[in-house]
Amino acid sequence: MNLVAFQTIVTKEIIRWTRIWTQTLLPPAITMTLYFVIFGNLIGSRVGEMGGFGYMEYIVPGLIMMSVITNSYGNVVSSFFSAKYQRSVEEMMVSPVSNWVILFGFVGGGVLRGLLTGLIVTIIASFFVELKIYNAFVVVSVVFLTSVLFAIGGFLNALFARKFDDVAIVPTFILTPLTYLGGVFYSISLLPEFWQGVSKANPIIYMVNAFRYGFLGASDIDITVAFVLILAFIAALTSLSIYLLNRGTGLRA
Amino acid sequence: MTKALSISNLSKTYKNGVQALKGIDLEVEQGDFFALLGPNGAGKSTTIGIISSLVNKSGGKVEVFGHDIDSDLTNAKKMLGLVPQEFNFNIFEGVEQIIWQQAGYYGIGRKEAKKRAQPLLEQLGLWDKRKSPARELSGGMKRRLMIARGLIHDPKLLILDEPTAGVDIEIRRSMWEFMQDLNEKGTTIVLTTHYLEEAESLCRNIAIINHGEIVENTNMKSLLAKLDMETFVLDTTGLPEQLPQIQGYEVRRRDDTTLEVDVHKGAGVNGVFAALSQHNITVLSMRNKANRLEELFVRLTENKAGGQAS
Ligand SMILES: Nc1ncnc2c1ncn2[C@@H]1O[C@H](COP(=O)(O)OP(=O)(O)OP(=O)(O)O)[C@@H](O)[C@H]1O
Ligand SMILES: [Mg+2]
Repeated sequence: MNLVAFQTIVTKEIIRWTRIWTQTLLPPAITMTLYFVIFGNLIGSRVGEMGGFGYMEYIVPGLIMMSVITNSYGNVVSSFFSAKYQRSVEEMMVSPVSNWVILFGFVGGGVLRGLLTGLIVTIIASFFVELKIYNAFVVVSVVFLTSVLFAIGGFLNALFARKFDDVAIVPTFILTPLTYLGGVFYSISLLPEFWQGVSKANPIIYMVNAFRYGFLGASDIDITVAFVLILAFIAALTSLSIYLLNRGTGLRA
Repeated sequence: MTKALSISNLSKTYKNGVQALKGIDLEVEQGDFFALLGPNGAGKSTTIGIISSLVNKSGGKVEVFGHDIDSDLTNAKKMLGLVPQEFNFNIFEGVEQIIWQQAGYYGIGRKEAKKRAQPLLEQLGLWDKRKSPARELSGGMKRRLMIARGLIHDPKLLILDEPTAGVDIEIRRSMWEFMQDLNEKGTTIVLTTHYLEEAESLCRNIAIINHGEIVENTNMKSLLAKLDMETFVLDTTGLPEQLPQIQGYEVRRRDDTTLEVDVHKGAGVNGVFAALSQHNITVLSMRNKANRLEELFVRLTENKAGGQAS
């Protein structure tokens, strides 16, 4: 394992997203502030309790998770795709960096941005609601693993993408709907039984609920299932990425 | 001795069906300065792409300093430095950042990278631009940036794909010196170029590729020796209606005052002048019709073209 190369890629990523901080760090801060004001304060006060907690308290973990997911994924998909597009990815391809290092270098950069965004959102949230942490280990491990998972997802998306439009398809048509239906804004116990079953096919439900459990100590699902699921997804997507990198899919003519 | 580069039966068919390489063999000795020439679309960049892991081969074998790219790719890559034909850096990154990163990919830490980068950037005239983002460089500077980048890990084999394209004469000359110097210090160099005088003056061995096949592979001297005829262009004050026949030479009229004369090797040009002055034709100046290598090149690549579209 070439540690210098790994560091180089991660540093390169950090330089990239700090250079364009108005496109990377600022937007989630603004969007989430709006969510907190509108859903938390204005609407939330009429909703009353959700799952036994104040509405604001209930949605904060989900919103943090939502920004972590979007930013981890978005960072890797746009950075790796533009490296492909500008062909600067060839710098890595000609050099003896292993495909593992390339994958986890980009993932590392995405996770750092995802977690930093999560932290920013958490700080903003703390102005609106008093945050209590029920289980810090669960909070940290779930947010980290989820971030890793979606960063790998972004990498795969970039490998397959041929044009800039392809970078937006998955986030728009898959990621966003699954997140909104992923229990960020409501407890699935509110749904009729049938839709509860359907919701449980949405992997994001498990991540959001496990993360919320870390804060509130309450969850719609078994959090062991959540951990197993996230780890299984990480293993599967990592294997797929390495397989595609070895074949040169989307990279070598 | 192990070859710096050894290619056997290398073939490539792209997904769109283009057969870019039809089983080529090529060997480059250690320490050589080797020219890989050929017209547009001949397969030069494809060959280089395969050697440097940017293109998947369809068949054949490639070894860089004895390291097979199929079984020992990491070591093959360590031997190799690449200066590609097309710009392939992130234009938003700074010159220095690009060089340091490349060093990092080879496991060279930041401190060591800085130490190596300075002399390289100075020699290539980029030191003053080290903080500039790559998009602010001129075309010639971008080429030199790619040369510096390709050398930061001190490769034993440097492959340059048209490094002097679009570079002004002065800079081109200094790049020649730079490459010669590098070669004298022991780096094996493979160069592609469409400036044949460049290949003629720099390279010792040469391969010409056309339509995915090697049509000539020899050393520069014996290739040039093959050229049995040279064409001269003569500017005169005026030509008569009826051109004089000159024994042993082929004479053609180009326009009212210009002549073309084919001269066989060893025949000399004295006979031409003698005959012309006999006919009261005054020669103002004389030059070679084309670079010698250029003539050979055209002949070699025309013969094989055989009506194929290119
Ligand atoms: N990525 C690709 N996909 C499909 N065909 C390609 C690709 N790259 C090159 N080709 C085709 O392969 C053939 C060889 O191209 P190559 O780039 O190797 O030529 P070259 O000798 O480098 O030419 P030039 O002097 O113009 O750079 C050409 O017919 C070209 O159109
Ligand atoms: Mg080319």
